[in-house]
Amino acid sequence: MEKTLETKFTYTEKQDTRSGFGDGLLEAGRKNPNVVGLCADLIGSLKMGAFQKEFPERFFQVGIAEANMMGLAAGMSINGKIPFTGTFANFSTGRVYDQIRQSIAYSEKNVKICASHAGLTLGEDGATHQILEDLGMMRMLPNMTVINPCDYNQTKAATMAIAEHEGPVYLRFGRPKWPIFTPTDQKFEIGKAWKMIEGTDVTIFATGHLVWEAVVAEAKLREEGISAEVINIHTIKPLDTEAILESVAKTGACVTAEEHQYNGGLGDSVAQTLARNNPSPQEFIGVDDSFGESGKPTDLLEKYGLNADNIVKAAKKAIARK
Amino acid sequence: MEKLSTEQLKKTASQVRRDILRMVHEVQSGHPGASLGCTEFFVALYFNQMNHKSDFSMEGKGEDLFFLSNGHISPVWYSVLARSGYFNTEELKTFRKIDSRLQGHPATEEGLPGIRIASGSLGQGLSVAIGAAQAKKIDGDEGVVYALMGDGEQQEGQIWEAAMYAPHHKVDNLIATIDFNGQQIDGPTDAVMNLQDLKAKWEAFGWEVIDTLKGNDMESVVAGLEYAKTLLGKGKPVLNLLHTEMGYGVDFMVGTHKWHGIAPSDEQLENALGQLEETLGDY
Ligand SMILES: Cc1ncc(C[n+]2csc(CCOP(=O)(O)OP(=O)(O)O)c2C)c(N)n1
Ligand SMILES: [Mg+2]
Repeated sequence: MEKTLETKFTYTEKQDTRSGFGDGLLEAGRKNPNVVGLCADLIGSLKMGAFQKEFPERFFQVGIAEANMMGLAAGMSINGKIPFTGTFANFSTGRVYDQIRQSIAYSEKNVKICASHAGLTLGEDGATHQILEDLGMMRMLPNMTVINPCDYNQTKAATMAIAEHEGPVYLRFGRPKWPIFTPTDQKFEIGKAWKMIEGTDVTIFATGHLVWEAVVAEAKLREEGISAEVINIHTIKPLDTEAILESVAKTGACVTAEEHQYNGGLGDSVAQTLARNNPSPQEFIGVDDSFGESGKPTDLLEKYGLNADNIVKAAKKAIARK
Repeated sequence: MEKLSTEQLKKTASQVRRDILRMVHEVQSGHPGASLGCTEFFVALYFNQMNHKSDFSMEGKGEDLFFLSNGHISPVWYSVLARSGYFNTEELKTFRKIDSRLQGHPATEEGLPGIRIASGSLGQGLSVAIGAAQAKKIDGDEGVVYALMGDGEQQEGQIWEAAMYAPHHKVDNLIATIDFNGQQIDGPTDAVMNLQDLKAKWEAFGWEVIDTLKGNDMESVVAGLEYAKTLLGKGKPVLNLLHTEMGYGVDFMVGTHKWHGIAPSDEQLENALGQLEETLGDY
């Protein structure tokens, strides 16, 4: 029998990150009467049903009209409401980019844009829905905070944290059942990277679903005598440049891993930080300028080069380039 | 294409419904509800109404074109395309699987014959159809352009931008149909976001509007499309309000939004197939 991999973080249960959002929203709603929810005909998919049920007077079904939803949210925020909009990530960003840009980001409105079904792991729906450009688009907007949590617990904590944060936020999560490997009731600090595993040879900066792949990659590298540091970058913007520079100063090389295009996301963000301060070898795990396709989430991660094995290869390559 | 008789159309529809259910069941994902509801429409269009060539060309010069705006009902379209000879019915097996041309939502990337534009993000198809219709006019091409949209999809603002444009530019070589099934993901359209008087809205925007009241009755669907054609060339685009039932043809799926986007289990598939005659041979 094959020896089981000894990962530094383990899980007993899998759950979708969108459920973390739904449960976090309910708690945020209980804590703060200013929290309101809006959804564009995807209440079940976004797991907003519990909030709707408990706070019907603070919940608005807007129909399949995402542009209108962004404007409504901006308007509600003017007198102190904290609107959480819910739809798929593609329809939360590309579809409504100018509405967000003008009415939310430029106008500095306290709107939380909550986006599910992001990335390849959406699976069978295919490329029309599997947005891989959203982190880049949202990160480019001045005033926008961009968060991409890694599991159910972190998504729940992030959802509650953004309710207490003043300003526009893009919160990205997904559809597949994914390992729950971070603590329950964790404190979520926006903009603060989390060093999950200490290492010396290479740093793996990962975000979203790929944090789990990074944890698996670390164990595989360890078996081969390579010491990898794993840092969870749940907040893409503002980026924790201090943590990034400190780690790379020690390890001398890094890999960035994200369920996103190479262009515009975490990899670009880290590269910019390194180029400015401490140019170092960096390898990119992400989608190489192509659209996704229909398929099973894990098959797609494999085909597009986004799983733990690809991180392992990239880590070795980064080390070799030192 | 040779025009099928009503009897032949009905037989084809039964087979298409089997295809839809088997495709969605096999991969345990996809959208059976409105695919089943629009089966008569698709079969009537491809096997009786449209002047089209299964020897596919992207440009589609000299033939009628069809655009699907509510791309989630790809199963019915793929089945009808395959059954019309655009590609082998065997390929239906690959629906929504990795490396397939039959993407969850229609796509052009891998060159699936019959598809001219990606759809899936709602609200965009009518604009594309209008553009294609205008391009035909520029060329003096007599072909008709058809488009299908959902009724929930009418909530998208872009639909109304397109609705305003087409009459203004006298795009009268276009027949747009709305799948008026009264359902969308979160429930009945009336409860989610009331469309109010859809007919009056389209009329007010300057369209020639017809009602096909029995959208799951083959004779009515054919007659509706036939009549719509007689209204072309008179300075106005035509809007066909097709009253259908989501899930039509399978007793436990009919008339509810619950089957909008979920797959039947093994037993449910067996039950459903028992209600639909295999007329042309399962793929
Ligand atoms: C722009 C956009 N927003 C949301 C969705 C998600 N979605 C897919 S189908 C659907 C409901 C569509 O309703 P309708 O047009 O009535 O189609 P039916 O449910 O009758 O098939 C929604 C909201 C989408 N595909 N595109
Ligand atoms: Mg509908």
